[in-house]
Amino acid sequence: MGRLLEVKDLKTYFKTDDGIVKAVDGVSFYIDEQEIVGVVGESGCGKTVTQLSVMQLINRPGRIVGGEIIFEGKNLLEYEQHGPEMRSIRGGKIAMIFQEPMTSLNPVLTLNQQISESLMLHLKMSKEEARKRAIELLGLVGIPSPEERIDDYPHQFSGGMRQRVMIAMGMACNPKILIADEPTTALDVTTQAQLLELMKSMVEQFKSSLVIVTHNLGVVARYAQRIYIMYAGKVVEEGKCKDIFKNPRHPYTVGLLNSVPRLDVEGERLIPIEGLPPNLTQMPPTCAFLPRCPYATEQCRTQPMPELRPVEGEGHKIRCYVDIAEVDNVTVKK
Amino acid sequence: MPETVVNTETVAEVQPRRSEWKRFRRVFFQRKVAIFALIIICIMIFTAVFAPWLAPYDPNEQNLSNSMAPPSREHLLGTDRLGIDTFSRLIWGARTALIVGFATAFISAAIGTALGMIAGYFGGVISTVIMRFMDALMGFPMIVLALLLAGVLGSGMQNIIIALTVASVPGYVRLMYGMTLSVKENDYILAQRSIGSSSARTIWKHIFPNALQPMIVMLTSALGGIIMAESGLSFLGVGITAPDVAWGSMVADGFKYLQTYPILSFAPGVCIMLVVFSFNILGDSLRDALDPRLRGTL
Repeated sequence: MGRLLEVKDLKTYFKTDDGIVKAVDGVSFYIDEQEIVGVVGESGCGKTVTQLSVMQLINRPGRIVGGEIIFEGKNLLEYEQHGPEMRSIRGGKIAMIFQEPMTSLNPVLTLNQQISESLMLHLKMSKEEARKRAIELLGLVGIPSPEERIDDYPHQFSGGMRQRVMIAMGMACNPKILIADEPTTALDVTTQAQLLELMKSMVEQFKSSLVIVTHNLGVVARYAQRIYIMYAGKVVEEGKCKDIFKNPRHPYTVGLLNSVPRLDVEGERLIPIEGLPPNLTQMPPTCAFLPRCPYATEQCRTQPMPELRPVEGEGHKIRCYVDIAEVDNVTVKK
Repeated sequence: MPETVVNTETVAEVQPRRSEWKRFRRVFFQRKVAIFALIIICIMIFTAVFAPWLAPYDPNEQNLSNSMAPPSREHLLGTDRLGIDTFSRLIWGARTALIVGFATAFISAAIGTALGMIAGYFGGVISTVIMRFMDALMGFPMIVLALLLAGVLGSGMQNIIIALTVASVPGYVRLMYGMTLSVKENDYILAQRSIGSSSARTIWKHIFPNALQPMIVMLTSALGGIIMAESGLSFLGVGITAPDVAWGSMVADGFKYLQTYPILSFAPGVCIMLVVFSFNILGDSLRDALDPRLRGTL
């Protein structure tokens, strides 16, 4: 399995009246072929902006100020944002699914018009071919009697159905990577599971890779092979899914795991992470998690932001001076 | 109980498209005054289209031996100072008024929409240049600007259309600029860009249909104003010139005989009033019927 996408030291800043917001500040990650990768973090930690940067869909006042995005051996950042090369990659090679299925479809166009659009654009299909393919895709994502529903408008579908349609649109041109930005957040729990299964089977069928961006650890635990944990615009822990769940090394990851409710343990109390994420315009020179970290040491308060360093486990890295594994009296629920 | 739930769901899912159209018709036709306006406009359009067949006389045929004739069976509304049949002039005047009205409204709407959407979509320097220029144009009242342009370009139907178009473009630009700004924030626009749509395609296929509705209303309401402005220019003598007939110039012609022979000014005046009134009512009713937030008002 070769490397498909490699992002190196990506920096995306937003210029605002309150100063520069470093939404993504030196994020590096990679995706291999046919891999499912999870990106986890709380709201405003830069997960979505990272993915939008890969697609170069950052609008003013945001700007990608540094880093490299290597896709199939080429640096995407060398392409013009609105240029033809980037347009052929968007939708053709890398597709994206958004959080809000209710608003992600154009209300005045039929499904046929919307799904066919990328087929005609990227695969140069004729109207009739595109329509045929669109019907097939609708069937694949589990819309019953797709021949009839293809000419319906989005408001005639429920939220879960619309997200299925979004998946059909995303997979239309057989992209190498499907980025799902909180694909299940707006849906109810039963639909969530179905859609995740659907996405998994679709990317397996099309031999694509999948990036799941979420704040729900439960979602990635089941599907992702590798996980990136993000906090305040930086990756704080990365590694194989089982390593991170069995053996979390960063205090933030521990906090996240402790705040997930579990059905199999009776009478347990959730342990929330105290405090709020830092204001991204006024980042401390020290570790961004320091004010909320229960394990902080003198070194944390005096030294600058730590670099990612490898720890035990294949590809397992953390951005922390403290190694949870060596600290006693840590409660990590397993 | 579960059966009822299923029922409502199927009903809601099967026929929303038709019910939307039904609702539109119900709100629209509930108003007697809207129906009246629609009838007047239909009559006017019919008259304008078939003017050559409807008018009993040539609108420029003089008959000095029969000038200032009172209404009679030969001349339903009498004749003017040059012995031209007033009724025929009114019929041809409808054609002029509607041609100027529709041409100006559609040309200015097309230009205004294009500029407004480009400014709204791209933002930055492009929007600053376009919008500040429009602000400058908007600084003048429409009729004053049209008067100035008509004075510079000279009279005649074509020049009047150009003058009125320039004067009414800024309104459309502003409207579509605002609509584009709000529509482009929707997720489906981002979703479209994420499948690699070009800017032109996104603007035309995705933003335009979603921003169209208020423009239809504005276009209809503006027709009245444009016809009013054209009449005003013609009244002042910088508008339509012979051989074209304009209601405005007819009012001006009859003005001198207002006390002795008022029908010369009153007849075209009533026509102007009726048409302008009808288009305004139609615009208002369309807005009420199309805008779900105003359901049931007026």
